[in-house]
Amino acid sequence: MGEVKLMKGNEAIAEAAIRAGCDAYFGYPITPQSEIIEYLMLEKPEERTGMVVLQAESEIAAINMVYGAAGAGKKVMTSSSSPGISLKQEGISYIAGAELPAVIVNVVRGGPGLGTIQPSQADYFQATKGGGHGDYRMLVLAPASVQEMADFVDLAFELAFKYRNPVMILSDGVIGQMMEKVVLPEQKPRLTNEEVIEKYGDWATVGKPETRERNIITSLELDPHRQEDHNKKLQAKYRKMEEEEVRYELINADDADYIIVAYGSSARIAQKAMDLAREKGLKVGLLRLITLFPFPKKLISELADRVKGFLAVEMSAGQMIEDVKLAVNGKTKAEHFGRYGGVVHSPEEIVEALEEKLIN
Amino acid sequence: MLEIDNIKKEKMAKVKGAIVVDIEKCKGCDVCVPTCPTDVIALSDKINSKGYNYLVMVNPEACIACKNCAIVCPDGVISVYRVKIDDK
Amino acid sequence: MIIMDLKEIIKPENLIYTKTKNMTDNPLSYCPGCGHGTAHRLIMEVVEEMGITEDTIGIAPVGCSVLAYEFMNIDMTQAAHGRAPAVAAGIKRVWPEKFVFTYQGDGDLAAIGGNETLHACNRGDNIVIIFVNNAIYGMTGGQMAPTTLEGMKTSTSPYGRDIHSMGSPLKMTELIAMLPGTYYVTRQAVHTPNAVRKAKRAIRKAFEVQRDKKGLAFVEIVSNCNSGWKMTPNDANDWMVEHMFPYFPPGDIKVNGKLKI
Repeated sequence: MGEVKLMKGNEAIAEAAIRAGCDAYFGYPITPQSEIIEYLMLEKPEERTGMVVLQAESEIAAINMVYGAAGAGKKVMTSSSSPGISLKQEGISYIAGAELPAVIVNVVRGGPGLGTIQPSQADYFQATKGGGHGDYRMLVLAPASVQEMADFVDLAFELAFKYRNPVMILSDGVIGQMMEKVVLPEQKPRLTNEEVIEKYGDWATVGKPETRERNIITSLELDPHRQEDHNKKLQAKYRKMEEEEVRYELINADDADYIIVAYGSSARIAQKAMDLAREKGLKVGLLRLITLFPFPKKLISELADRVKGFLAVEMSAGQMIEDVKLAVNGKTKAEHFGRYGGVVHSPEEIVEALEEKLIN
Repeated sequence: MLEIDNIKKEKMAKVKGAIVVDIEKCKGCDVCVPTCPTDVIALSDKINSKGYNYLVMVNPEACIACKNCAIVCPDGVISVYRVKIDDK
Repeated sequence: MIIMDLKEIIKPENLIYTKTKNMTDNPLSYCPGCGHGTAHRLIMEVVEEMGITEDTIGIAPVGCSVLAYEFMNIDMTQAAHGRAPAVAAGIKRVWPEKFVFTYQGDGDLAAIGGNETLHACNRGDNIVIIFVNNAIYGMTGGQMAPTTLEGMKTSTSPYGRDIHSMGSPLKMTELIAMLPGTYYVTRQAVHTPNAVRKAKRAIRKAFEVQRDKKGLAFVEIVSNCNSGWKMTPNDANDWMVEHMFPYFPPGDIKVNGKLKI
């Protein structure tokens, strides 16, 4: 068993980044995720693995530093919270268009605008439907524990390089700030420069030797037909993600009449709600989403054939519920419940909502 | 222009030059023509396939391979050749 | 005068100058007479002469020179508008031994990218910034730029730049020269052979600053934009000398970390 520590969610991400062999982190302070860069600065990973940590002048600068370094074949990441993630949207669209591997962490807070510093899940649309301009998707992972905050960093990098796509770890203020026991991953060595050139030298800007044509990292294409072809290629990539990368946890679903669909801290609260409902004699199951994109459309469609209703529980005015409704496709009830603006719902409120919206 | 006169005096007897123009890439911008110290070049009356009046040597014997035209050319269409002549 | 047969002169062994092979064979998309082409070529010549072609990564901006990567035969990244210094900083931090340069226009560097320019200079990132200043937004059709001169007419200042409502032309180069992170800051031009020779020496010096890890090297190249200014190339160069040079005077502004102005 690896090293065990009691850590904050944000700290776990930072420590896991060092251990994942990350080459650089570029970030900017914003509550509730500043601990990520603070931890990294304190840890001095440059001395541990050579990993670079730089506080950029803005979230915009940070995402563009990620774009440059990712285009040069290196394993790089950034993090922010909702308003800062809004600033990064252009950069994320560029990363997706240029097909670069990068990890972006969003520790979501209440919005819109400057909002609150309390947790929320109202960035679901921004994360899964674009956020930035153009037809692209990010693969989105939703940790629900400090352990998953740690585990998902290496997973995110693996997926980012597998698909040459930005991957988002969509956390929230609860998971970012809470402290739990973590089994830390083993240290993966950073790739050497030679290894980077060997693995990614066919596309990355590593310096053009005589033996090949120049590598160009760009998302510009003036010919619309070529741009359409490029977009088709991107879409094929996203279809492949939908086929192969759906991740979720399904609890008590075999005999369930009602299924709560939730992710992140909502899922933990919903799990308690499920237990309370079962005590009351209601057959409730929980679908905890781990990937938000790709969304478990097939699974929900199949469940919709036999359950009496879905309750999407999310700390928002209703975003993920739309994907549930699409997948359910009218076969059964699909309703939303959630507190928002930074308020966290309680298990009792969830049970009450389930009874009110699905049963009565 | 003092710079051009000095070049003339230095080079005229000792060097013979010639330029080759990538006619299709020349845009007839005319920036090079006034830089020639010995009035070798001008824009032709003829046009290339893009419709530009391309550069030609109208006074080739006067070329001293000073490279002025080549280095000021935004499109890099000029190659310069030089032969050294022994003084008698 | 000795007359020689051209065929005797034009032989491979007599070639003393041709376009560097660090420029691709693609015809340049720039307007006839535009300084961009010359600036591109000088940078590529310096990279070739220093033997660093295989270790150089360039960053192309948004603007007329967005397609710089079609013309410069090195690994290049295209950056979002204004963000090139951040993109360069990212690359330089993870590949510290490579030569990294940005190539930016006046809108890219001094308007939307002002903050990225400022902070790359403030950090003293060990990169080269090439700043082509033609006091106008060429790519998008001739709008006002931060460096547009007072009274200068553009499509968004059709009655001339009005200082009162639009601010003064921004001397970005002098501003960043004040920062300790900048080591070599110079302003050049490429409209005459003499200016070209000086500009090339300046660009060479800038890359040597990077090689010697002294800090950030910043080369502004004041250029014409004959299309945006609606003049012939030669008239535009004359106008540039008469109107732009007094406000943006060519010369060294900071050498070896010491201000010259």
